[in-house]
Amino acid sequence: MIRFSNIFLNFDGRQVLQNISMDVPAGQTQVILGGSGCGKTTTLRLILGLLHPESGSIVINGQEIVGMSERQMTAIRAQMAMVFQGAALFDSLTVRENVGYRLWEEGALDNESIEQRVAESLRFVGLEDTLDKMPAELSGGMKKRVAIARALACKPKIILYDEPTAGLDPINTHLVSELVCRLHREEHVTQIVVTHDLECAYRIADRLIMIHRGEAIFDGSVDALQASDDPRIRTFLRPEEVLAEPGCFPHKDGGIRVVPPMPEKAEQAPA
Amino acid sequence: MDIAVTRIEDTLKGYAAAVQDFAQLCVIAAAGAFRRPWYVQETIYHMNRIGVGSIFIVVLTGIFTGMVLTLQGAIQLEPYGAVPYVSKLVSASVVRELGPVLAALMIAGRVGSGIASELATMQVTEQIDALRAEGTDPIKKLITTRLIASLVMVPVLTVITDGIAMMGGYLIAHFSLSIDTFFYWTWAFAALGPMDLVYGLLKPLVFGFIVCMVGCYAGITTSGGTVGVGHSTTHAMVTSSILILVSDFFMTKLFIYWGW
Repeated sequence: MIRFSNIFLNFDGRQVLQNISMDVPAGQTQVILGGSGCGKTTTLRLILGLLHPESGSIVINGQEIVGMSERQMTAIRAQMAMVFQGAALFDSLTVRENVGYRLWEEGALDNESIEQRVAESLRFVGLEDTLDKMPAELSGGMKKRVAIARALACKPKIILYDEPTAGLDPINTHLVSELVCRLHREEHVTQIVVTHDLECAYRIADRLIMIHRGEAIFDGSVDALQASDDPRIRTFLRPEEVLAEPGCFPHKDGGIRVVPPMPEKAEQAPA
Repeated sequence: MDIAVTRIEDTLKGYAAAVQDFAQLCVIAAAGAFRRPWYVQETIYHMNRIGVGSIFIVVLTGIFTGMVLTLQGAIQLEPYGAVPYVSKLVSASVVRELGPVLAALMIAGRVGSGIASELATMQVTEQIDALRAEGTDPIKKLITTRLIASLVMVPVLTVITDGIAMMGGYLIAHFSLSIDTFFYWTWAFAALGPMDLVYGLLKPLVFGFIVCMVGCYAGITTSGGTVGVGHSTTHAMVTSSILILVSDFFMTKLFIYWGW
């Protein structure tokens, strides 16, 4: 359904993605793991056509999207929906208008059908009583759930999530992870989830890919990831073990960098 | 030395790229007005926000400009015994220069900076990317609608400013300088030719374009979180004010050259 082949991307001379390849079959949930700033979100933006790679190929539903014009991309995006990290709800619209936005824009359904679809989507995320609220009146967790409802409303074949559980309390984290699992089980939607929340990743992933400094260093199942002896993966999965000593920091090659403690003030003072 | 040259070169290239991007955005936004979907409701909404929302400030601008111009004009005309003709001075200067420029500067402060901060916030909170992800062309939806609203409403607001300024001038002329009502308005209109109206409406059209497009460009090119939003808002206000004053000079020069 989604195939990345040898993707390279750089911003202002800095290599952001290097030779990324992945294959996400229809109906599967692929998790992209990695630390902050490693290029995870960039991968989603490439799939949506918001960014264009330097080289490589991205095929969605059999169609090559690299080199497509913005207008051609609109047709591809019609099959997809994205849940942004900060929810990205439209501030000036109510929850109802946010969730039904694409349906009203497309104009393919009558008003009653759209209202029904909006209500269904909000019921799926447990927020059917927020229809007339403005995004500013919702908590962070509720915003994320409304964003999922907005993604669902147009019944997309692919849903992309950017850090769906970042900044949420444990209850909302559970609710959002559960929604992703339900969409997989009940609606068979193809999902790509970018996260660094391991608990969430283990729960929802059919397959994981781990990106480290723009490079894919792992592609496989949850069990294979946990069994990996790559130091970069071990540091990411179990930092409390690898970086146990004070002053230990991860090194870019996966090793450990030890920063010596500050000299005592007494030693710095002039004699 | 080499580093300094490279830095100057990079800065100039940056400016050139920004001008190119701005021109490209203007063309795409203007072209958006001629293809579907039309977003009529949004356009009317922005007309209301830009036009009706700005009436109060342009009325205040107009009335005080007209009053002060009459007071100052009367002092200058007094030695020649031409105080009764002050309305001629007021109407000509207001319709040709002060009305369009002052109204545009006030609108730049209220509307231009508002557009910039709104779009900048949408940019940093990923709402513009969300629009694209939802299959909407953000330039058409966010910029073309505001551009049409500005091009319609800024000339209307300028006409209101001109009218109110002449009315303010009349209040001072009649009640403070004891100039007859009929005399005031006869000479006020005698000073205006048909080309003055064209002149007074072409300028606000250009100013409306500048205020809207500079605000939109500053907004959608924002980066750097909330600091970036503040920077874009200031940038939009300063740039559009300068462009209004500079373009006013060149338009006046051009109109004089054409013999208008």
